[in-house]
Amino acid sequence: MPIWNPRIETMPRVDLEQLQLERLQATVNRIWESVPFYRRRFEKLGLMPEHIRSLDDLRLLPFTVKEDLRTGYPYDLFAVPLREVVRIHASSGTTGPPTVGGYTKNDLRHWRELAARVLSAGGVTKDDVIQISFSYGLLTDAFGFHQGAEEIGASVIPVSAGAPEQQIGIMQDFRTTALVGTPSYALRMAETLGDKAVPRSSLHLRWGILGSAPWPESVRKRIEDLLGICATDNYSISEVMGPGVSGECEEQKSGLHINEDHLLCEIVDPDSGEVLPAGESGELVITTLTKEAFPIIRYRTGDLTSLSLEPCPCGRTLARMARVFNRTDDIVIVGGVKMSPSQIEDVISQMEGVEPRYRVIVDRAGGVDTVEVQVEVSAALLTGDVRHLLSTQNLLRERLETALGLTPEVKLVEAATLDTDEPRSKRIVDRRRTEGGGLQERE
Amino acid sequence: MLIVKSTETYYGNVRALKGISLHVDEGEIVAIIGANGAGKTTALCTISGLLAPRRGTITFMGTPIGGLPPEAIVRAGISQVPENRRLFGSLSVQDNLLLGGYHLTYREKRAHLRGDLARVYSLFPVLSERAAQLAGTLSGGEQQMLAIGRALMSRPRLLLLDEPSLGLAPRAMRTIFEAIPTFRAQGLTLLLVEQNARAALQIADRAYCLETGRVVMEGSARELLNQREVQRAYLGRGYRGVWEED
Repeated sequence: MPIWNPRIETMPRVDLEQLQLERLQATVNRIWESVPFYRRRFEKLGLMPEHIRSLDDLRLLPFTVKEDLRTGYPYDLFAVPLREVVRIHASSGTTGPPTVGGYTKNDLRHWRELAARVLSAGGVTKDDVIQISFSYGLLTDAFGFHQGAEEIGASVIPVSAGAPEQQIGIMQDFRTTALVGTPSYALRMAETLGDKAVPRSSLHLRWGILGSAPWPESVRKRIEDLLGICATDNYSISEVMGPGVSGECEEQKSGLHINEDHLLCEIVDPDSGEVLPAGESGELVITTLTKEAFPIIRYRTGDLTSLSLEPCPCGRTLARMARVFNRTDDIVIVGGVKMSPSQIEDVISQMEGVEPRYRVIVDRAGGVDTVEVQVEVSAALLTGDVRHLLSTQNLLRERLETALGLTPEVKLVEAATLDTDEPRSKRIVDRRRTEGGGLQERE
Repeated sequence: MLIVKSTETYYGNVRALKGISLHVDEGEIVAIIGANGAGKTTALCTISGLLAPRRGTITFMGTPIGGLPPEAIVRAGISQVPENRRLFGSLSVQDNLLLGGYHLTYREKRAHLRGDLARVYSLFPVLSERAAQLAGTLSGGEQQMLAIGRALMSRPRLLLLDEPSLGLAPRAMRTIFEAIPTFRAQGLTLLLVEQNARAALQIADRAYCLETGRVVMEGSARELLNQREVQRAYLGRGYRGVWEED
């Protein structure tokens, strides 16, 4: 598929690095002048802007964490007066107070371009009819993709989130060719299609640009098969920009191309904060290179991934990040063993008759950690043969045991009893935190 | 074509450039804008070798040129049109132009000098009318044309223009700024320093905005033209802070 900005996206890395250095220095010089928060931090470390002489010197700069953004709520970290800000977004605040991000006219222009690059990489062209099924509101996803799609010249349907039936109706009537939304929503639509016996031939869908939540390869395959589309993953983070950070190319689907001319990415050890070399897994840290209203230096995303600098067969020279399945704060240690939601998701999604919706309860009984995995199963299985049900349960337990390295309790529950829209971080409920167990969920 | 990395330049103990990085690609027109004393001219003089950088690297066509003497840099293909023209007032227009090619070898002169002279005269016909006149008797605009013409006589690949609008009447300025983009068609690349930010941004592809020896902004010229901070720096309106009152 066409590369939206070939000059940048296929640029020799040596030229890209010069551009990054120029922009990094300009960003640091700007925040030194205009954001007291950063200036105080730099002064405390004895840092002057001119100490940043190469890209490697980035590691001299202090990290910025979510807590800093909360402390600066709402406008303390803005680098321009409010009258130059033309848009304000905020995070959902599911795990605490919201964080606010502002955009100048130039910021919006850049954002549009970056979203257009991600959409193009995923296959979208000006001939596509694109259905945005993210909710429009304070969050960045819907608006980011909306603007990117308009930049490309695709026909945009801002349908927002809603009942799958309604979405499918619009898809049929408006001849939607590209779906933008979360993977879980796409999956729900795909399943609704089956339930309502809507023939796939009544749809014109070709592309799925899905992201903003982790989804294993098995889920991708299911979505692609059920909807008959090519589904690509993308990465977005509202504190930094929103969608447009990185996205897969539909040719390779091996890593998300990072828009490095606007965002400088590092991988650090989540515990020590030490910068890790390309290829190693760690926490993604992002520095904005062009943002005017809300620049951010070395933001700890909490997302675990790795970087590859190998040029992609698709022609892009931009670094690729591995798909994000885990967050630094998702990992729960049970009986000395690290457990992450993605491991459980991967096992569940490969099971027949089991819905990829689950909840994990971690508790402590008599000083021993226990894990209970609750998984939804189809109505057919529950009402059918009990032996079949039992064997499914056993199989699931065995597979989870192999994957996790511990023996969980498996409980099968009726479909649609678990809340699917709750954030992924709430899927693991850790009751060990409250004394003697309790109902408090981990953040 | 030209890559400047974290370059620092001092006047005695005073650091005028605090680590600037910029690049110019072949065929581009790049502007450096900023207030008086921001370090714009220092940046140009560091590139042309009139000042030596104390830190950082400067690479031209893949070769390091930082700290080389000006004559070596001219030979490498960079020519500077200095601020205030710096003409030889008591020499004729034509002699001033010929001096621009002073460093060329005998062979080069024989091959190119006549053609180069004709090229400059076709670019600025008024110079050919006044070829025999003393440079000191020209108007400001004509002097600027002569200074540019003289720089072109050294057959540069990259032309550094320092404040071409300085002290010019509006009409003369317009003539100069209309001529600059046509240099590109002749295979020239331009790096332009200007206090008149608007005029510079209108003809440039990209620009860097300097403030007290540091680059505080870079981007496409159109982007910077729309940038409030640039407008403010240039217009000298000094309000800051999240909440502003008129």
